[in-house]
Amino acid sequence: MQVSKQDVEKVAKLARLEVTAAEKEAFAKQLSQILTHVEKLNQYDTKGIEPTSTVMGRVNVFREDVVRPSLPTDKALANAPEREADGFCVPKIIE
Amino acid sequence: MKLVSLSPCTPVSLRACSPVSLPACRLVSIKTMSIHKLSLCDLQEKFTAGEVTAAEIVRAYFLRIGQVETKIKAFVTQAKESASAQAEALDQKLKGWRKTKPLTGMPLAIKDNVCTEGVPTTCSSRMLQNFVPPYDATVVAKLRAQEYILLGKTNLDEFAMGSSTENSAFGPSRNPWNLHCVPGGSSGGSAAAVAADECVAALGSDTGGSIRQPAAFCGVVGLKPTYGRVSRYGLVAFASSLDQIGPITKDVSDAAFLLGAIAGHDPMDSTSADLPVPDYMKVLKKMDLKKLKVGVPMEFFAEGLDQEVEQAVRAAIEELKNLGGEIKEIQLPRTDAAVAVYYVVATAEASSNLARFDGVKFGLRAKETKDLLDLYMKTRQEGFGPEVKRRIMLGTYALSAGYYDAYYGKAQAVRTLICQDFEAAFKDVDLIVTPVTPTPAFKLGEKSEDPLQMYLSDIFTISVNLAGLPAIALPCGFSKAGLPIGLQLIGRAFEEETMLRAAHAYEQSTQWHLKRAMVR
Repeated sequence: MQVSKQDVEKVAKLARLEVTAAEKEAFAKQLSQILTHVEKLNQYDTKGIEPTSTVMGRVNVFREDVVRPSLPTDKALANAPEREADGFCVPKIIE
Repeated sequence: MKLVSLSPCTPVSLRACSPVSLPACRLVSIKTMSIHKLSLCDLQEKFTAGEVTAAEIVRAYFLRIGQVETKIKAFVTQAKESASAQAEALDQKLKGWRKTKPLTGMPLAIKDNVCTEGVPTTCSSRMLQNFVPPYDATVVAKLRAQEYILLGKTNLDEFAMGSSTENSAFGPSRNPWNLHCVPGGSSGGSAAAVAADECVAALGSDTGGSIRQPAAFCGVVGLKPTYGRVSRYGLVAFASSLDQIGPITKDVSDAAFLLGAIAGHDPMDSTSADLPVPDYMKVLKKMDLKKLKVGVPMEFFAEGLDQEVEQAVRAAIEELKNLGGEIKEIQLPRTDAAVAVYYVVATAEASSNLARFDGVKFGLRAKETKDLLDLYMKTRQEGFGPEVKRRIMLGTYALSAGYYDAYYGKAQAVRTLICQDFEAAFKDVDLIVTPVTPTPAFKLGEKSEDPLQMYLSDIFTISVNLAGLPAIALPCGFSKAGLPIGLQLIGRAFEEETMLRAAHAYEQSTQWHLKRAMVR
């Protein structure tokens, strides 16, 4: 698979990553190389094979809906880059 | 093949004469000088017997760290003050009434992607450089309940992504056997710290070999438990369907001991298994391997395997046979696909897991951004290093519209085939034996420019994670250049006992574990 610089730009935007011109070039080359290796998987016939997303074979794990202790607000906010009162601060979203 | 000459640094004499212990009346300085050479089980015995105090242990370790850490660079954070305070408090508490818990006073190091309340947890990333977790990971809470002492947090490849620690934002750690070589990764700091006697044992995490590969490179024991055996709560997630926390230790008994201390069901991790935890120390007592069927997968002895590694592993297989094991050639035909499957599955999960680092709730936030999107983009640009970005890109690509089925779907289906290979093999054998790595430790910088080559060096460890199986790496020899070579034993899911028993019997008959690195 050949990954172009345009592909890199598109994927970087999806991943919310700002990439430099040098990174675009490097990623295009490296991703092409890695994905070409990944294409080796096409030699394996997987028709009718269930995909494995977890080896535990679990669908869901439930618990009783009861209140349990959790982090107090101050502790939860302690690592915030910017906070105001009991909230996280972010740049204005709606004008 | 038996070990003939032992290193002149004589860590051996201490172990060899056990259980005869050092006379308690010796000068303290002599006592503290050799504390760091003891195994976890031996140190625990001495501490319980009252031969050493917690304060002496902590002093001895920080003395050792002071001597070698500038060369090894195993730690991101050293917790000298809190460790000393903790030791003093323990000694006070134990005065008169000596009632200890299994890990009371035991000085451990923990990989810096496992959350420790109040102690920075950086993942060796600029993104989390100033992050101080408000809670303990479940494994840490378990160790804390047993009164362990945290010596510090160890270096890793950023967010556990790498095989050499060269991806650490704070610089690489070094291999204690040869400072020009990498210690392996991503738990390279933990493995190097154990090998250089900077801690008695450590915790690492293993997503594709990150405990076993550095253990092999550093000549120590590394155990990746069955997926679900140990809680992942508080482990900073890389690839959630593959990650497991496990011990890195000086010998197999220590690994069994520490695994028992951290294993078990945790309501905070719905993927942890609700199964009883066996007494792993008890199973070590049986020393012969009669009737144990040991499988040797031919695919692991193919092209690309270093000759010295192959010789050492073949000699180890011979030794397992001498111990009573029935050796059987087996096939794991889809081994070839493991690296490709892994680098799609793991990066896809990583791209999703690392979406949380957005500069809002914790971690780095880029300055002077014009809006929220710009804040996300710039924060992630500044906070992540090249390998993490590359993997996020790869994972995002594999999950993106138009490519999902071709890459992610395909990889998940081939993962099923790899699981089926192991299921079929374990119908015939109880244990699988392989090399851990294709070569001994490589030089710093040797592979850092070529990501694919670096990925391919994980070939022998990755399939174990894809199938969720337990595996242990332990020393089985040395290269002519004096670098350790590792042996990998893979067990059935939740049958760590079989694996530990065989590893222990092999270790005791060969004694490779007694050879220690001379840091110079």
